[in-house]
This record gives sequence, structure tokens and C-alpha cells, in this order.
Amino acid sequence: MILESPAQLRALLEAARTVAIVGASSNPLRPSYTVLSYLRTRSPYDVVAINPALTQIDGLAAYPSLAAYATQRGAPDLVDVFRKPGELVAVVADAIAAGARAIWFQYGVVNPEAIARADEAGLSVVVDRCVKVEYARLHGGLATAGLNSGLITSRRARLDLS
Amino acid sequence: MQPEREFGFATRALHAGTPPDPVTGSRAAPLYQTSAYVFESTEQAAELFALRGYGHIYSRISNPTVAAFEERMASLEGGLGAVAFASGLAAQLCTVLSLAEAGDHLVSAQNVYGGTLTQFGVTVKRMGIETTFVPVEDLDAVRAALRPETKMLFVETVGNPSGVVAPLESLAALAHEFGIPLVVDNTFATPYLCRPIALGADVVLHSATKFINGHGTAVGGVLIESGAFPWGNGRFPLLSEPSPGYHQKVFTETFGEYAFLMRARAEVLRDVGAQMSPMDAWLALIGLETLPLRMERHLRNARDVAAFLQTRPEVAWVRAPQLGSIFTFGVRGGRDAGRRFIDALQLWSHLANVGDAKSLVIHPASTTHSQQSDDELRKAGVEPESVRLSVGLEDVDDLIWDLGNALQGAAPPE
Repeated sequence: MILESPAQLRALLEAARTVAIVGASSNPLRPSYTVLSYLRTRSPYDVVAINPALTQIDGLAAYPSLAAYATQRGAPDLVDVFRKPGELVAVVADAIAAGARAIWFQYGVVNPEAIARADEAGLSVVVDRCVKVEYARLHGGLATAGLNSGLITSRRARLDLS
Repeated sequence: MQPEREFGFATRALHAGTPPDPVTGSRAAPLYQTSAYVFESTEQAAELFALRGYGHIYSRISNPTVAAFEERMASLEGGLGAVAFASGLAAQLCTVLSLAEAGDHLVSAQNVYGGTLTQFGVTVKRMGIETTFVPVEDLDAVRAALRPETKMLFVETVGNPSGVVAPLESLAALAHEFGIPLVVDNTFATPYLCRPIALGADVVLHSATKFINGHGTAVGGVLIESGAFPWGNGRFPLLSEPSPGYHQKVFTETFGEYAFLMRARAEVLRDVGAQMSPMDAWLALIGLETLPLRMERHLRNARDVAAFLQTRPEVAWVRAPQLGSIFTFGVRGGRDAGRRFIDALQLWSHLANVGDAKSLVIHPASTTHSQQSDDELRKAGVEPESVRLSVGLEDVDDLIWDLGNALQGAAPPE
């Protein structure tokens, strides 16, 4: 299913525990590094990098492939993709084989055939969005930047001041 | 799962951007009157400076009270996000600086606020960015003014003080055909009367000093962006090429649909330093809570005042408002009669502002538009005898009583 509504994205992000970032870079200028660094420091997710050219990023384990990750650690909940559109059909096949429940295509990471295959295989699919932005929308980060979170509530957020 | 609901305009005017304060439970939005914020750790500080995390560093760049105002404005305009500034003109200048550099070009409506005519026509021109002013109701004239180096098409929803309503949908289609954004100053209409993003606009600007604040207590400005414009279309290298102002970051690549908003804040606002103060944002947040109620009364009073003026023999013409509560009329007897009229008023305040809860009056030719020649005045839709009214929230009978007395007082001396 292709997820678009805020409630669908919220449900996905609240259910996920492991996030595998395919195409994670160790270059701080790259968007993939930004997302990896943000999720690692601000979210409760177990974040791993998938990149055959790296063994670790900032001390975080990197795996050469989704298959290698799945063999050692089991199926990832969410596969977050930073690859060129031409490689996405193969990435979707890898994600299905690894038993992933959801696949997330970042900004500009769009290939209609790959999207359709992931959808047909029963994965939850998010297209042309950023995991960091959507996580921040739910946790108050967007609001600090004057961005429209879409959240309207008079319930007080829980904050542990003890 | 929480059921989803699209909350209405009045609800969002009260709630958007201001959930209860998580620290204290304060229901009113707190005024965070602070210049800087303690970092959690050196690691978190580095993440914030590299734009990899969300949080406040220094109030020139962001502040929690200002952010609450920004989010509420983004919600009311139907935008992706907002950046607040010290004034409407600061918001406008920083919009230009977010899109254009020396050698670039702008196209602007010619019937706009006098301060915009000088900002674009003199100050921005000195920075090497040229502006062509056109009558925006003439789409052929707009099309003829567009050049390969044009970076934006600028209009006011309701021209100041001409009152002419711009054809936003046609202008948006034309701008998009050329791959540039339509930038709309929506100050006079407010998002209660017109939401330009829904009509195709890409960036919406406000002088928050006017109806947004609503009480004449502070100066401020804000830009709101739709998130729909393709900033990576090749015409905006400031957004789609590595930025020397921010670690060679490519804003479109890193921030996707947020590229314009992130650059406007992290580079332009940071370097220009024309941020909105927390106190002014706090006042504007309170003002926004009653925007729908105030606009209803503004409109009703303006309609009644315009109808009254049309019955008076001392009045040469009335340009009744098509949208909003600001309009002009001419006093018979030209410039001198206009001056005598303003001097004879008791209740209406003679000052250079609009959108206050109190009724305001001014003579544009000798004040807001005094930098323009007679020819430029006519282009901007201003006659020498034009008097501009901003109709407030008083008892309308009192407003009409005062106008009637002053019109009698404006009659030429026997």
C-alpha cells in the first residue's frame, strides 16, 4: 500500500523498530548522512547503514547488502532508500527478499516500476518524502523551524521532569 | 489510531502552532524572551549547526514564540511553512534575496505599496537586480516583461491603495509556464478572505503589522511557502547548486520540498538579521486568535461607510472595496479639500498604517506615495485627491457621524 496521509505515516513510524538505510554515505554533506545522523541521535530506532563500500559510519555498523543484514539480524522493519532511480527495481527485490515490511523512497528517489513492485509485494510504500521530516513532524522538530506540522491538540505532551 | 480531521479556519487561528507548553502546561503561548538556547551536548550543538537536527540556536535564526506564529500563519495560508521577519518589507527583501542575485530580474505589479516601489525600484536595483513594473491585469504586458533571468512575479492580492484585485490564477499559470514562482502580498485580504496558495501562488507575504496583529501594537512580516514549486527546475541555482553560505550544501537535494524555506531561514535570515522579535510574534499570535471575528466586522463597517460616502455631495468618487476593508475616495476640491477633510476628523486616526482595530485615514499622495511623481502616482492608481480609509471596528454610526462632520468642514471657505 502506498502511504500518504499523516495518520498512515504516523502509524508506520510508530510501529517501526529497525531502519536500514540503503545508500547511506559517510560524507556529512550528503542527505543520507543527514538522515542517518538525525535518526541515530534523536530517534529510538535501531539504525543500520547498507553500503558495500563501508564497514561503519560514525561507529555505526554498515552492512554490504540488505541480504547480509537480514542473515545476521533478521528482517528490517523499514528500508529507507537513497539510490539512483535506475537501481530501485533491484533495491525493491532485495527488500522483499530480506523480509522488509516497508520501503521508503527519499526525495527524488522515484521509479514507478519499483514502486509498483513493492506495492504488489504487500510492502507499505512511501514515495518522495523524507523520514527525518516526517519523524520530526510527529515529535515537535518541524514546529521549531516554523513548519506546518498539521498537528492541532489541546493535550499536554508528556515530559519527564523528574 | 487518532481519527483525522481537517480543522476549520477559526479553530486553526486559535490553535495552530500552539499546543500546551510541554514544560509547564501553559495554555496561552509562552513568550520566550531569550536570545539563545543551551545545547544538550557538543554533539547536539554540531548537529544543529550542520542543519541535521531541529532545535533553536540563537533567536536571530529561530525562537519558540516566533516559530509558533510562523506555524499558525503557514496553517492559515495553507502553506508548508513560514519564516517571520521584522517587517513586511524585510520579508519581501529576504524573499528576493532567497531567489535572486546581481544580474537577475523581477517583474512586479505597478499598483503596489509605495515602499515596495522604492524597495524594488531603488534599493534592490542598486544590488544589481532590476525590476520591471507592469499592469498585472494586462497578461500580455506581464508576459512581455518576463526574461530568461526573471526570478519571480510579484503582486499584491489587493493593490495598495488602488484596491484593484489581481487575477491570481491567471498570473500563477503564466509564472509557472515560465518556470518562476508567483509571489503574492496578501496583507490587505488576509488568509480569511483570500488564500493565494489555493489559487496557485507559491510564496505569500504579509505585513503582520496590519490585520494579522490587528491592534496596531507591533511591526512584523512573514513569508509562507506552498512547498509545491519545483525549485530544482534549473532556474534557481541559489537553491539547487552547492551553497558557499552553508558548507556547500545543496538545499534542493537535502531538504526537498523544504529547500526554499530552509535557505530563507538558515542563510538569508541568518545573514540579514531582520528577524521578528518574540514579543511582536506573541502579540501577533494573540491578534490572530480573533482574525475571523475582526474581519467580519471590518467588512460590514467598510460596506456601510462606503455606502454612506456615495450619498454625499462633497464626495467626487468612491472606489468601494472589492475585497477587504481598505479603500479610497476623492473629496471634491482636490488636494486642499482632502487636507481640510483629514484635519476636521475627530474619531478617525490620521496615520500611516492600515488594518488596525481602530479606523485610520491618510492622504497617500503626500505620505505613503510621496516619493512618486504624478505620472507614477497615476500608474500606482493614486489620484492627488485620493483619501485612503482603513475601516475599523468602532460603532459604524460613530464612524459615519465623524465622516459627515469632516466632509462639511472640508467645504471650500465661503
